[in-house]
Amino acid sequence: MSDSAIEPFLKGNTGRNTRGILRLSILCIIAAAAVASRLFSVIRFESIIHEFDPWFNFRATKYLVANGFYDFWDWFDDRTWHPLGRVTGGTLYPGLMVTSGAIYHALRALTIPVDIRNICVLLAPAFSGLTAFATYLFTNEMSTSPSAGLLAAIFMGIAPGYISRSVAGSYDNEAIAIFLLVFTFYLWIKALKLGSAMWGALCALFYGYMVSAWGGYVFITNLIPLHVFVLVCMGRFGPRLYVSYCTWFALGTLASMQIPFVGFLPIRSSEHMSALGVFGLLQLIGFVEFVRSGVPSKQFATLLRGFVLAVFAIAFGGLVLLTVSGVIAPWSGRFYSLWDTGYAKIHIPIIASVSEHQPTAWPAFFFDLNLLIWLFPAGVYLCFLTLDDEQVFVVVYAILASYFSGVMVRLMLTLTPIVCVAAALALSHLLDTYLTIKSPEEPAETELDAASNAAPAASKKAPKQDGLRSLRQPLIGIYTSFSKTSVVGALTAYLLLFVLHCTWVTSNAYSSPSVVLASRMPDGSQHIIDDYREAYQWLRQNTKEDAKIMSWWDYGYQIGGMADRPTLVDNNTWNNTHIATVGKAMSSREEVSYPIMRQHEVDYVLVVFGGLLGYSGDDINKFLWMVRIAEGIWPDEVKERNFFTPQGEYRVDEGATETMKNSLMYKMSYYNYNSLFPPGQCQDRVRGVKMPDQGPTLNTMDEAFTSENWIIRIYKVKDLDNVGRDHASAASFERGNNKKKSVKRRGPKVLRVD
Amino acid sequence: MAPKRTTASASREATPSSSSTTTIPTTPSRTVVSKGSQSPAQIAAGIWENYQDKTPQRTKLVDVFLAFLVVVGVLQFVYCVVAGNYPFNAFLSGFSATVGQFVLTASLRMQTNMENKADFVAVSHERAFADYVFGSLILHFFCVNFIN
Repeated sequence: MSDSAIEPFLKGNTGRNTRGILRLSILCIIAAAAVASRLFSVIRFESIIHEFDPWFNFRATKYLVANGFYDFWDWFDDRTWHPLGRVTGGTLYPGLMVTSGAIYHALRALTIPVDIRNICVLLAPAFSGLTAFATYLFTNEMSTSPSAGLLAAIFMGIAPGYISRSVAGSYDNEAIAIFLLVFTFYLWIKALKLGSAMWGALCALFYGYMVSAWGGYVFITNLIPLHVFVLVCMGRFGPRLYVSYCTWFALGTLASMQIPFVGFLPIRSSEHMSALGVFGLLQLIGFVEFVRSGVPSKQFATLLRGFVLAVFAIAFGGLVLLTVSGVIAPWSGRFYSLWDTGYAKIHIPIIASVSEHQPTAWPAFFFDLNLLIWLFPAGVYLCFLTLDDEQVFVVVYAILASYFSGVMVRLMLTLTPIVCVAAALALSHLLDTYLTIKSPEEPAETELDAASNAAPAASKKAPKQDGLRSLRQPLIGIYTSFSKTSVVGALTAYLLLFVLHCTWVTSNAYSSPSVVLASRMPDGSQHIIDDYREAYQWLRQNTKEDAKIMSWWDYGYQIGGMADRPTLVDNNTWNNTHIATVGKAMSSREEVSYPIMRQHEVDYVLVVFGGLLGYSGDDINKFLWMVRIAEGIWPDEVKERNFFTPQGEYRVDEGATETMKNSLMYKMSYYNYNSLFPPGQCQDRVRGVKMPDQGPTLNTMDEAFTSENWIIRIYKVKDLDNVGRDHASAASFERGNNKKKSVKRRGPKVLRVD
Repeated sequence: MAPKRTTASASREATPSSSSTTTIPTTPSRTVVSKGSQSPAQIAAGIWENYQDKTPQRTKLVDVFLAFLVVVGVLQFVYCVVAGNYPFNAFLSGFSATVGQFVLTASLRMQTNMENKADFVAVSHERAFADYVFGSLILHFFCVNFIN
């Protein structure tokens, strides 16, 4: 009964409309699921910006909304990198801020009063819904199967590899960049397929948007030329290729140069040279083809081919020469570290010190992609079967992204879309094979039909090269309901497990704001540790408007965003020397650090200390990076070796080296720490060691603030002594031991004589 | 250049839109040229003749524009080499306007070329021209914005 009622909706034109509506509603549900799975952090904690970089983006967005676009474009920020300042308008990717600013003004125009913070928090989930849609479009270009696109969309919506950078509150460039990445690729495939200049121009426009949003645009800049190059090498050059690529390149390069931060890079730096080279190559080939169409002589054509090769060699040689002579900027450090994973550690410790620039561990692939990582090779293999232009793109993308994601943890993000697409291709192929309901009734095939429990049995009989093709024939397939149900059932179970895994990973691993920490009380209730905001709020309320705060660069953006105070260094890390200066101040003796801090007008110093709570991401654990970075600039004054015991251990307890014990960081971290414990039981819970009973003394600073769980400690730098004593003697005078004072006074006098 | 060729092929180009007719008579002339592949001058002359016979009028117009763009581009580049590239923004936007326009025009030429019809099923001639205008608008918007 119900069958006959549904019947008219499944046939003919109405059927197409019904399927269209179904498809649309499924896509909407997928988008809703993508958004919903990213809201854990908002529900558990509150609507708050996460981590480090988002705080800067948030601050910049607020500036944009408050001061308008032109002020934002020309923004010189004197509240960071004191005393240098930062030309913020010219050194950021403005796409993210402009997007949320535009949304803000649009909503305002619709008289929907909404806080800019909520827009920023929810921007990433909203764009993840769009990403799912873009993936759907992209996959539909790859496959004729109707289910592949939908599968890819849902994979993209909930894959943890993408969620990791797009939960609510993670207001980072990647939030919109992944959508732009996938959508640009979709437009590119579309342009290539149709040979249409309009799609190429649209692709260029979205590429420009991508450039304005994320430094990872270089991935597109290299992937599309590589795709074209591979196609040319396969002998697939044609007018469609020329039209789409040249339109994209000419417009896209100009579009990318509109961003001040990118500027002349597209014609100066080596990263962009492949695109330029392929562009030139296409011009040459196009010209040769044009001439050859006029002259059909074979010898002439081969002559011209030789000419093309010669020009290519000359151009390549010229490129190398220009790079060596310095006209074209050589590859930047981050790109060297892509080829040689050990490069950054030796030459640029500041890049290596960022945890997301580390090589990926194997389990991370399974953790972030779960089932998809198994299906990924199968999907790529299926692309080899029908190797059209767009399938070549999938293959090239897969190879390139697999390599890069293995080199750098955060490039897992660029791998995720192609894994989703390839896995969806594989899975939809499987489902299409096993889910065909109707069995053919041809009399000739009945015996085969009965004999074939599964396809392999049938295909084994067939000759080898015919085996795969025969699978696609409608008469040979899987017809027993047992094999159908078992395979489909197993696949469904895997998919459900995948959903479970994604939800679990998202809720447990990727939904912590890291500004607010959560822990479980013994009775299972949640306990919120809010030390960061407590300390930043203290700074905001108890210090002067222009009090300079010195801290390690990780906390620069947060101090700027939450406490609204000038900082010395922040996560932008554009000036290595300045960071090394801070590293030197942190890792030297007080007598050395104090002049540095005076010179930089530091009023307060902020350190993060996890010893009491067992919070492992604290400054003592990051300390070696400060030492290394400082050593890179002052190899004579800071030596990493001195921070290790002769046995080569990094210790903070009784056995720590003198250099370690005298360093400012050590003193600030453990100052007064032993007063918390009864004598002899002072313990550092991160390092798991017993601390000495006698804590360090601080002469040049006063403890100003320590948060509830001691995670953040703020010290005020003392002014010069009124009577002209040095701080050590003044402090010991205060403590009342006169003997030491007289001893210490002699020291400086001797120095003065020298 | 253009007017001369207009007279030469005007009779054939009366119906350029249905130019499938124009491609057919070219085949004999091609075979004529391929027979004589001796001296470079002859080859060049052969190419030229072939071109004049084969190419529709509209395409020739496009070709003249392409040649003009090449000349302008070369002039700009020579100026940059000789007189220096001081307002680099200006040079770059001027030069890339030339290159971009060249590429777009070449695309238009390919899309409207009858020989490539199999490649551009989805792109009619009118559509190709609309795309061309669209691309050029974007190109010149960026160039003007970039020129400082």
